[in-house]
Amino acid sequence: MTESTDTAATDAAVDTDAAARAESVARYHNIARLLERYGIILVVLAMMAFLYVMQPEYFLTFQNLTNIIRQIAMNAMLAIGMFLVILTAGIDLSVGSVLALAMMTLAIFAEAGWPGVIVILIGPLVGLAAGMVNGLGLTLLRLPHPFIMTLGTLNIARGLTNLISGGRPISGLPEEVRFLGSAQIPIPGLGQFGAIPVSAIVILVVYAGIAYFLNKTSTGRHIYAVGGNPHAAAVSGISVDRILVLVYAMCGFFAGLAALMLAGRTDSGFPNAGVGAELDAIAAVIIGGASFFGGRGTVLGVFAGVLIMGLLRNGLNLMNVSVFWQQLLIGMIIILAVYIDVLRRRAAVRS
Amino acid sequence: MDSSKGDGAAPLLEARGIKKYFGAITALDGVDLSVRPGEVLGVVGDNGAGKSTFMKILSGLFRPSAGELLVAGAPVHFGSPRDAHTAGIEMVYQDLALAGNMPIFENIYLGREPGKKIAGFTIIDHKKSREMAAAHLDRLHIHVKSVDQNVEDLSGGQRQAVAIARATAFNARLVIMDEPTAALAIKEVGKVLDLIKSLKDHGVSVILISHRMDDIFYVCDRVMALFRGRNFAESRLADTSRNEVIGWIMGTKGHTSELAHDRVH
Repeated sequence: MTESTDTAATDAAVDTDAAARAESVARYHNIARLLERYGIILVVLAMMAFLYVMQPEYFLTFQNLTNIIRQIAMNAMLAIGMFLVILTAGIDLSVGSVLALAMMTLAIFAEAGWPGVIVILIGPLVGLAAGMVNGLGLTLLRLPHPFIMTLGTLNIARGLTNLISGGRPISGLPEEVRFLGSAQIPIPGLGQFGAIPVSAIVILVVYAGIAYFLNKTSTGRHIYAVGGNPHAAAVSGISVDRILVLVYAMCGFFAGLAALMLAGRTDSGFPNAGVGAELDAIAAVIIGGASFFGGRGTVLGVFAGVLIMGLLRNGLNLMNVSVFWQQLLIGMIIILAVYIDVLRRRAAVRS
Repeated sequence: MDSSKGDGAAPLLEARGIKKYFGAITALDGVDLSVRPGEVLGVVGDNGAGKSTFMKILSGLFRPSAGELLVAGAPVHFGSPRDAHTAGIEMVYQDLALAGNMPIFENIYLGREPGKKIAGFTIIDHKKSREMAAAHLDRLHIHVKSVDQNVEDLSGGQRQAVAIARATAFNARLVIMDEPTAALAIKEVGKVLDLIKSLKDHGVSVILISHRMDDIFYVCDRVMALFRGRNFAESRLADTSRNEVIGWIMGTKGHTSELAHDRVH
């Protein structure tokens, strides 16, 4: 209700004035919104430009770029699942352990001689089942915070992984699994440099699919609503519990997919895979601009967050910076990213 | 409760002997209510009188421990707010129950998004949703810069208006409002009350919970008071006074003038 409403019957001049003002406000809002939405892509491009300047002969080589993609594939899968959970103001600490459980299960099936297609299905299915356990445990047991439930399953899944594998790695996986993690498909007519890693295709399909799901389907919008105001969602007839089970199940599924990517890249299953991986996934989501308190964030932002972490690791490796410094830098970037968000929101409130 | 007998119209919503227990606590102890089509009913009562609990039962959020609800004379059982929506009963909560992180048009159609159903998913038609929202807000004479504005960027009165717009977006026959003016700046109060009057003009019934006698006496046709989980008194607005109603809230009948702290009357 703007000021002009009470005098609705009066002169049209005031109305057109107000309309023009509203339009310029809208235009300003659009620019701000565009920056907010795509600004992070500028950060990625700036990083790439910087790395190119620092390492002109290595960074932009085909070899290095496909390497980056293969390296980020695992975190990309974990982060998109984590993003769905964080959108509901939740957290899933178990994804690293679930990844290991899915990876060892599929490796054990492979070792037992099951066909590759079955082995490929095993990873995501184990992840999905673990995610369902998280979601149902959280909603049925009414635990006070998902931190508790998933801290429990972090340990349970890691324990199970060691139990079923005896703590022993397995190497040598079916060709189908390796294809997903490390193969590349040549693009006809572009010669030896025109090939796209299969993991890049998987990332693109998953991210495009989730972006469509979140923006265009009612279930996707309900995830944002649950994160924004669970009470509003509930009185609108949305089952908050159903949404929570769904996001934890999807998060587990993507942890299983991440297991598949890592198994394919390393041609093995090892029981200590993914230790601490949940924190990388959370970091990528937060760097990508999603709110830890739920309801805010975009798939594009998560993608940028994953890229920023991948580029940082890759660039610092190329520059021979030690892993210790990398860790320190990533920590600082997490804090910086959230601080920028705080500043932006404060500015928005003032305007 | 015999207010519906006078003019022969069947009550739109009738509650008979509603009881609600929370553990050992009795929140409602046999409350009756009836609202006719197009009627604005004020519900008053002190804190803890059971108003909010009662309204949550009428809107399907709580289930009554005993008693029955009738819509247009037929018994109904609300298992969820969705069941109440289907019966044309909507509630505007005191906290408004809006998702601040989402735009106006999405809030209006949250849970009832227009679109195509494909394999269990609803593919939302955002364009249609925007157009429907803009047209609906126009109908209620609610003005916003754009239906794309996030609700968290709106003033208190605008949020209240959006919440009312959501409640009336799908042919609501009865809108229950819990303290709609309590959190508003004074100049926004009048706009919300006028909005309630325009709902009445559209034939929509309203149950208005309010502590403010100004609200009650500006928009209501009838007022009822709850006291300690029971019906205490009720009257057509024309047959009562502010002081009497204030007395009801405090649990007294009759000797109104000496209790009144409002001596305008």
